[in-house]
Amino acid sequence: MQVSIKYFASLRELIGEASVTIDIEENTTVHDLWMEIIRRKNIEFDNVMMTVNMEYVKSERQLIAGDEVAFFPPVTGG
Amino acid sequence: MNDEQLLRYSRQMMLPEIDAAGQEKLSESRVLIVGLGGLGSPVSIYLASAGVGNIVLVDFDKVDISNLQRQIVHTTPDIGRLKIDSAKEHLQAINPDVKIDCIDHALEAKELVNEATKADVIVDASDNFQTRFALNEASVKTKTPLVSGAAIRFEGQVTVFDPRDETSPCYRCLYGDDVATQETCTANGVIAPLLGIIGSIQANETLKLLMGIGETLQGKLLLLDSLYMDLNQAILKKDPACPVCNIS
Repeated sequence: MQVSIKYFASLRELIGEASVTIDIEENTTVHDLWMEIIRRKNIEFDNVMMTVNMEYVKSERQLIAGDEVAFFPPVTGG
Repeated sequence: MNDEQLLRYSRQMMLPEIDAAGQEKLSESRVLIVGLGGLGSPVSIYLASAGVGNIVLVDFDKVDISNLQRQIVHTTPDIGRLKIDSAKEHLQAINPDVKIDCIDHALEAKELVNEATKADVIVDASDNFQTRFALNEASVKTKTPLVSGAAIRFEGQVTVFDPRDETSPCYRCLYGDDVATQETCTANGVIAPLLGIIGSIQANETLKLLMGIGETLQGKLLLLDSLYMDLNQAILKKDPACPVCNIS
C-alpha cells in the first residue's frame, strides 16, 4: 500500500527531500516506517515527532493506505 | 482610564472585539513570562505596550553581546546586566503604566505554583525541556493557561494549553519526558526574525486569552519552517495516558 511522507524543517535538510510517496507493507506502524527511512538514508536522528493526516500521533500508530505522514524535529529553543 | 491612556490604547480599543471592556481586562491582568531571551523579548514588549497591567519577568541570566542579534528587549549598554533589570527598564520606558515584578532565579516547587496561581496566563519563553515540563505541571495544577513557544535554526512551534478546559492537551501530551535533545539557539543557531514571529504569536494568543476573545491555538500545534515559509497546523489531542493532565 502507498503512503505519502513529508519531512519538515531541519529534517527536510537532513533527508535531502521535502516529500515522497512510498510503498509499505500492511500493518506498518509510523515507528516501523521511520526505522526504515533512517536505515535507507543512513542517518541518525533521535526523538523524531510525527503526524498522520496532520494529527499528532505516537509512534505505535498503524498506517493505512493513503495516509499522509509528516516527520518533524522537536524544538525547545527560545 | 485617563485621557492619556485612552489615546495610548486607542488603536486597539477601536476594535469592537476589544473596546473599553477588553482594555480594562488587560489592565487588570497578570502574566508570568518565563525567559527574557529571543521569545521573551517580543512577548514582553507587546504585552507591556498593549497595557497588560501586571507582568512578572523570570530569568537568572545576564545580557551577553551574542544575545543582541535577536533578544530585542536588550541593548548594547545592557551587556552584563541581569536580563530582568534590562528588560524592566525598557518595558517601563515603553509603558510606565505597567507594573513589572522581577524574579532573578529559576522558579521551583512552591514558588512556581504560587506565581502560577496568581497569574492569568503563563508564557513559556524558556529554552529547555526541564523548565517547560515544570511550567506545564504548574499550569495543569493551578488551571492556568500556558502559551508555549519554541524556536531554533529556521523552525518554530507554538501552541496554547488551557487546563480550564478538561479536553485540552498539555505539554506532556506533546513531549514525553524521554525526549533527549537539548538543542539551544546558543549551540545550534537561530535566525532572529523567527523569534519575532513565534514570540508575536505567543503575545497575540496571550492577549486573546486575557480578554476572552476569538479562538486560541488550543488543540492545534503550529509548525513553521521559515526557511521555506512552510506553515502547518497539526491537531493535538489530549493523551489518555498522559501522566500529568490525566490525573484528576
